[in-house]
Amino acid sequence: MKRYLLPAIIGALIFSFSTAAAQTHSFAYKNNIYNPGVLKPVDSKLKVRVGEKAPDFTLPSISGKKVALHQFLGRKNVVLSFVPAAWTPVCSDQWPGYNIVKDVFDQHDSILLGITVDNLPTLFAWTNQMGNLWFPVLSDFWPHGQVCGKYGILRSDGMAERALFLIDKKGIIRYIDVHDINKRPALEVLVRELQELPK
Amino acid sequence: MKRTIEVGVLLVLLFFTGHITLWAGTQPPQENSILPDFQLPIPASTAQQQYLGLQGKGLFRINQIKAKAVIIEIFSMYCPYCQREAPNINKLYQRIEADPELEGKVKIIGVGAGNSPFEVDIFRKKYQVPFPLFSDNNFTIHKCLGETRTPYFFVVATGPGTPPKVIYSKLGGIEDLDAFLKSIRVRAGIK
Repeated sequence: MKRYLLPAIIGALIFSFSTAAAQTHSFAYKNNIYNPGVLKPVDSKLKVRVGEKAPDFTLPSISGKKVALHQFLGRKNVVLSFVPAAWTPVCSDQWPGYNIVKDVFDQHDSILLGITVDNLPTLFAWTNQMGNLWFPVLSDFWPHGQVCGKYGILRSDGMAERALFLIDKKGIIRYIDVHDINKRPALEVLVRELQELPK
Repeated sequence: MKRTIEVGVLLVLLFFTGHITLWAGTQPPQENSILPDFQLPIPASTAQQQYLGLQGKGLFRINQIKAKAVIIEIFSMYCPYCQREAPNINKLYQRIEADPELEGKVKIIGVGAGNSPFEVDIFRKKYQVPFPLFSDNNFTIHKCLGETRTPYFFVVATGPGTPPKVIYSKLGGIEDLDAFLKSIRVRAGIK
């Protein structure tokens, strides 16, 4: 037993290095960011694939209106950005980046929907720190994580994965990135996928 | 003997995985300390090379910038505070360039922590940032400078042959530009 201890510690250290996520977080949130530490990169099993029809949903948004995926059919390409939780480091510094590239989304006839499993009051308070967001922010709080469950990105602790889905105007999924929860996806990858959408 | 080797391997791993750190502190370097050593790529743009007093290709260190003081902003394209602060820092740049006593002596650079060159470029274009911005995609400089939150401002007094000394180190925006410049002028010994 004892002779396995040291190799196990060494293995754990190598693992912790490979998964340790450097991150910044904006002082806009003062000292209100909860750090959950390094989490299992992905903790769910996808239920949808590229080329399939995206499961429809209707969710409440912080504006007070309900937003349904089908309302964009034939009108807009849709980017779904699921993030794990409000008031956490990586999530807090993801949507504000999308907030300054509305022109890129417009250029590709696309809308962004931001979704978490937090409830509306929490989402309202959190996103207020980001400035005025141009895109709807939706709550998949109740029934808890139902939409995340349909897409197969509900983690065992009840949070969403950090995931991006690109859905074309016909409602077909064109791109999926279930990202390492500890890291922010690079913007250029999403932009490249938007550029590759059929005109 | 075998045990000694195992313990040695463990110590080396602890060091390389960042569990033991010898020189990089977790706190940002404070005033009167020497700025930790790091290098940045010489910008491709001739105008930016001229601004920094550099030429050619390759890497440079902060004390190679032609200046008496260098303001270093640690920012992120994803940081809402940095976005709000961007016009104010542009104003700071304009004020320095318009002041004959500061122009050429105080330079500004920005380092985009965890931002790819593409993301830095989005920030540059969105806010029309006139001073050089650098990508720190792998957080190398961010780690070296104590993993600050953003925006964070360092000012270093610099010159050829002297190690860059931190004369200002603060989290958050610069509220009073005049008071800030006055203090930098005194601390960097700019007449």
